[in-house]
Amino acid sequence: MAWYVDRAARILVFIGGISAIVFIVGIFVFVTKEGLDFVIGPLNLGEFFTSIAWRPTSNNPTYGALALIVGTASVTGFAMLLSVPLSLGAALFIAEFATGKTRETLKILVEMLAAIPSVVWGFVGMSIMNPLIIQIFDVPVGLTVLNAGLILGLMAAPIMTTIAEDALKAVPDTYREAAEALGATRWEVIVKVVIPASKNGLLAAVLLGVGRGFGETMAVLMASGHAINLPTSPFDSVRALTATIAAELGDTVQGGNHYGSLFALGILLFVVTFVINLTADIVVRGIRKK
Amino acid sequence: MDSGRHDDFAIETRGLNLWYGDFQALYDVDLAVKRGIIASMIGPSGCGKTTLLRTCNRIIERLGYVRTTGSVNILGHNIFGDDVELVQVRKQIGMVFQRPNPLPISIRENVLFGFRLHEARLRKVTAAEEDEVLESALQQVLLWDTVKDRLDKPATGLSLEEQQKLCIARLLPVKPEVLLMDEPCSALDPAGTEAVEELIWRLRGDYTILIVTHNMAQARRASEECVFMLLGKIIEHGRTEELFLSPKHSKTADYIEGRYG
Repeated sequence: MAWYVDRAARILVFIGGISAIVFIVGIFVFVTKEGLDFVIGPLNLGEFFTSIAWRPTSNNPTYGALALIVGTASVTGFAMLLSVPLSLGAALFIAEFATGKTRETLKILVEMLAAIPSVVWGFVGMSIMNPLIIQIFDVPVGLTVLNAGLILGLMAAPIMTTIAEDALKAVPDTYREAAEALGATRWEVIVKVVIPASKNGLLAAVLLGVGRGFGETMAVLMASGHAINLPTSPFDSVRALTATIAAELGDTVQGGNHYGSLFALGILLFVVTFVINLTADIVVRGIRKK
Repeated sequence: MDSGRHDDFAIETRGLNLWYGDFQALYDVDLAVKRGIIASMIGPSGCGKTTLLRTCNRIIERLGYVRTTGSVNILGHNIFGDDVELVQVRKQIGMVFQRPNPLPISIRENVLFGFRLHEARLRKVTAAEEDEVLESALQQVLLWDTVKDRLDKPATGLSLEEQQKLCIARLLPVKPEVLLMDEPCSALDPAGTEAVEELIWRLRGDYTILIVTHNMAQARRASEECVFMLLGKIIEHGRTEELFLSPKHSKTADYIEGRYG
């Protein structure tokens, strides 16, 4: 009997283990299959990457994704400017300074922040940040790069904080002790020992945040203004790749050019996230070998 | 007269009590270690040797739930005094840990870590000066010839014996006067133990060394004075050969003869 349980458990765990690979390959195959015909057929790649004219429903449709790419990049970049220092600071405080109850409370709060649904963040962006930005900066529209970047930064911060804190906690305490015994102050220990020793994990945290930024849809859709536009300042509205797919896919004919063009955006997103993750992996491995 | 007496001792504790939370680990410890000698501390596990050692540079306070009463004078200065800077205490007192703990940086950076910390606060240090300090420290621990061609390789790639020597080497450029060693050979094989012990002997005279050991043979071989502790108290303290040949206290005799521990 016990033998059967053991065997069944082993199979179950094995299925769980390989399911991640199965799903990622499955998604890749699906997205590619749906988009590839369009990409190698009607799509003009030069236009796709250099034109800002995204008019898939026009009588004379054009598929320029530059504004969407720049939109996603500017919102994510803005979000990282905010969330990288914020979450690294929070992680340092939780891991290196806070003790006892403070530490536990902060950890729980950060985890709760991570659990807020993105549509709620989008709602915050639309109905709180929007009028605030209009009022404070005296601009006509508040649904902008600034708004979406702030919202996305706050969204990405909890997960980055958690991963960064894990990385800091993984630094053996003997390192801190050794440095302190040599006369290093708390701050010197952090700057000269803890951060260098955990840089791989911290980098992973940042890249995960970037990935989150690229992939986030609903909050960005709601807070960015969803206007096709090459931004010249944080007060311009933009449209993101993800938001475009979410907003338009329902109106397309399956297998049509518009449908295919949205899957082309999907392939682009997939490739970008894949490259980010791969780069992170290579960088981390490179550092480890050295 | 009083100050003259203080000057003879590198380490002097008076009525030192220490608690971990509610648990009292040291009882009324009076210990005086003369300058320039090697003193060993022996005793069964949990007797407070390591606690006492770690109190001498206040690294014990990292735990956060430690409370002490009494005084610890290092080179005549009470390290618990209000005007004392922890950084200066740690500069005067180097520490070697049970497990070699080189930092995850290169050999060169390990040796220069403390030097850079302390010297860079005062002045600009030139690269040539650093090279000199580096070579001299590694020469003193007999490691220079082994590592001179791989100074920029990570220190964690060295053998345990070499790592422990490196951990001693990185103390020297800071110019401490007291070295605290917490079972520095316990992670090493017999050959490594011999090499590190020999090194400790070479450092005698230039530094006052207080060394905790589990190994009585090591205490006998490697120290001039010996302190026997039991249950948080110092039972006996004397010249090593006297303590081992004619212990004054019956508990010391029992421990030395291996009746417990």
